[in-house]
Amino acid sequence: MVEVTLWGSLGAAAGGRNKIEVEAKDIRELFRKLSEQFPSLEPWIDRGIAVSIDGTIYRDTWSKELPEDAEIFLLPRLAGG
Amino acid sequence: MTVNFDPRYLKREFQSVGTRPLRPDGIDKVTGRARYGADFNMPGQLVGRILRSPHAHAVIEKIDTSKAEALPGVKAVITAADLPNLTDGDAAMFDVLDNCMARRRVLYDGHAVAAVAAVDARTARQALKLIEVEYQVLPHVTDVDEAVKETAPILHESVFTEGTETRPGKPSNVAKRVQYGHGDVEAGFAQADFIVERSFKTEQTHQGYIEPHACVASVGPDGTADLWVCTQGHFVYRQHCAQLLGMDASKLRVTSSEIGGGFGGKTHVWAEPVALALSRKAGRPVKLVMTRDEVFRATGPTSATSIDVKIGARKDGTIVAAEATLRYSSGAYAGMWAELGAMTAFACYRLENVKTVGYEVLVNRPKTAPYRAPSSPQAAFAVESVIDELAHKIGIDPVDFRIKNAAQEGTRSSYGPIYGPIGIGPTLEAAKNHPHMKAPLGPNQGRGMACGFWFNFGGQTCTDLNIGMDGTVSLAVGTVDVGGSRASLSLVAAEELGIDYSQVRAVVADTSSLGYNDMTDGSRGTFSSSMATISAARNAIKVLRERAAQMWDIPVEEVIWEKGHAVAVGEKHGNLGRLSLKQIAAESGKTGGPIAGHSELVADGAGVSFATHICDVEVDPATGATKVLRYTVIQDAGKAVHPTYVEGQYQGGAAQGIGWALNEEYIYGEDGRLQNAGFLDYRIPVCSDLPMIDTQILEIPNPNHPYGVRGVGETSIVPPLAAVANAVSNAVGVRMTHIPMSPPRILAAIEAKGSG
Repeated sequence: MVEVTLWGSLGAAAGGRNKIEVEAKDIRELFRKLSEQFPSLEPWIDRGIAVSIDGTIYRDTWSKELPEDAEIFLLPRLAGG
Repeated sequence: MTVNFDPRYLKREFQSVGTRPLRPDGIDKVTGRARYGADFNMPGQLVGRILRSPHAHAVIEKIDTSKAEALPGVKAVITAADLPNLTDGDAAMFDVLDNCMARRRVLYDGHAVAAVAAVDARTARQALKLIEVEYQVLPHVTDVDEAVKETAPILHESVFTEGTETRPGKPSNVAKRVQYGHGDVEAGFAQADFIVERSFKTEQTHQGYIEPHACVASVGPDGTADLWVCTQGHFVYRQHCAQLLGMDASKLRVTSSEIGGGFGGKTHVWAEPVALALSRKAGRPVKLVMTRDEVFRATGPTSATSIDVKIGARKDGTIVAAEATLRYSSGAYAGMWAELGAMTAFACYRLENVKTVGYEVLVNRPKTAPYRAPSSPQAAFAVESVIDELAHKIGIDPVDFRIKNAAQEGTRSSYGPIYGPIGIGPTLEAAKNHPHMKAPLGPNQGRGMACGFWFNFGGQTCTDLNIGMDGTVSLAVGTVDVGGSRASLSLVAAEELGIDYSQVRAVVADTSSLGYNDMTDGSRGTFSSSMATISAARNAIKVLRERAAQMWDIPVEEVIWEKGHAVAVGEKHGNLGRLSLKQIAAESGKTGGPIAGHSELVADGAGVSFATHICDVEVDPATGATKVLRYTVIQDAGKAVHPTYVEGQYQGGAAQGIGWALNEEYIYGEDGRLQNAGFLDYRIPVCSDLPMIDTQILEIPNPNHPYGVRGVGETSIVPPLAAVANAVSNAVGVRMTHIPMSPPRILAAIEAKGSG
């Protein structure tokens, strides 16, 4: 079980929650479980969500493991120049 | 093939990485041999031209192209009808399509409404004049603060502000509200001994790349197509063009040219789908090169902003609360620009109580595009100005104030996550100890400093490394070289293989020759492609060891790779000597064929980046003109693969930031039309405007890259707006709150101070 913190707008889409506990071993499973629990998050996941694991931001490595004691923070997918 | 690759940093001694060999693209660029977007030509090619709206906001009542089509020499005329909506509900792609060719309404001065392909430029221009467009002009709004007012003309009746607690009852130009932060800012401000609260504005700027957008599109009768184009991401352009034109991506081959600057502005398709649609209709290749006027009016500048900042601190210099409200214009289509500003505004600091609120604001201006660390410079200008003023108010040195409050490993960032190892503290300490900080200043001179932050990111990356029969190495990468990556990636290949840099040639491969690559943005070029190059080289070494084992007729487990040679290990192989890469390559035809290494991976885990800049200026009190006397950039690179290019990135970002701070701005008239769409009236800095920009590279390794590399391309543009503003404010004794600080604005501030 990992605790996931959602950024403000995403939290609003998840019914006003900013922290959610999810049984997920990696980012792929996390997104799948979030979609199942909160169908309203699906469009957000389709648009792109970045996952910060202990401060390191992952945009595309959905196989990245989620350690149980890690700080997991969801962020919008970033744009760059 | 699944690539198993361990990206973790391992401390090592480097042979090639960190050296400064001559740039491989240098001679071509200074002799004119390099081929930029407009240098491609095809037999029988036509000239493409785009008709653009003269109105900031209007309904297109009717377009009559019959006279243009009848003009001898005109081979195709297209409108939105030739680019039907195939985006299948993808709202972001529909915005891209509508921006490339307006449908029912034009949304800004310069919005494309039709295009022609003709045998020559004169005929194409004549044809544009023969296209009759009937407009119903609508009220417009171009100013970010005006656009949020209740009385403002609404750009999109379908836009209701996202991110509010309850759905708004009516449409708005505020596309989205976002919020970041933690703690309780009100409680924090209650503890403050000193509070500074100010409002700031920054005007819209353009990336100002010297090379305009240019492409040649050629669609064949069988539906296959080629596109030669100046871009930061040819694979992304292929994907977007194919989607917008209803093509299979594999049928469209995109080749990227050399790039005369992009800085984020060439991450987006503007004219390329139009060129392809023209070519498809005409049945001939079409070359489309934007004029400078078009680049300014119809590609993607930055946001204009309006930002309120409030910061409170105790007498001992501890910041107890920080708050910002950020309004960013996104042009005529929604973006995430205020969101990036809200995330980055306070990222340099260790704050218990912080809150940022961002508003994405629609205006009748071109669609905003990224510009180096997008949105961070404007936020840093506002925040670092208040930090400076607060330090003065408390009576503490501005560098010491920042050091005291700087984020560090374990700090919860203002955008949420807790930081790992970061470099803001070391850049500040380096600034404090830099001789620049101690140099004397003369009359009318001032010194300013500021910090900046950018995330950096990686992405999908694919690389091929091929070893020729003569033992030299061809490296094919898919990230466009915008700042020296061919040199840095050649160094990385040489490092891994243990050969000389001169034995490697890196090229940017076309989209039919290599797997998909994300574009070169987010400071990812060298970070991502170096990971893929290391991986590809290690795969090639595996093959080289196998071939050496065959040549020696021993098990491959008993062969290691050392300094460019296969070495047999174990007592029984003591007399085998060493086989060089060249020797193994020469025998490759007899040991299994070509030797290559391939890699496809997602390069995630880019390290966040910080910089501190110091600036000295002299302001002429009679004219308000500012001269930058001295400028120093201090930034963490993780590991500088080719230090000269890293310094170039630092200097380039600083130069662009100085232009943004002092001169550059989009000026719109009351009619909503851009008044200064050219380099004569939109003034970017030239060499004679700038001092030599000094640089100091810090190397705090990124734990998520084998060499410790972080991106370096963007952060250097974040601090200059604030550093220059703090310097000017200190020189004239007035807090400057409006960027650019052009001579009239500075004079007005000096006069207001005199009369106040």
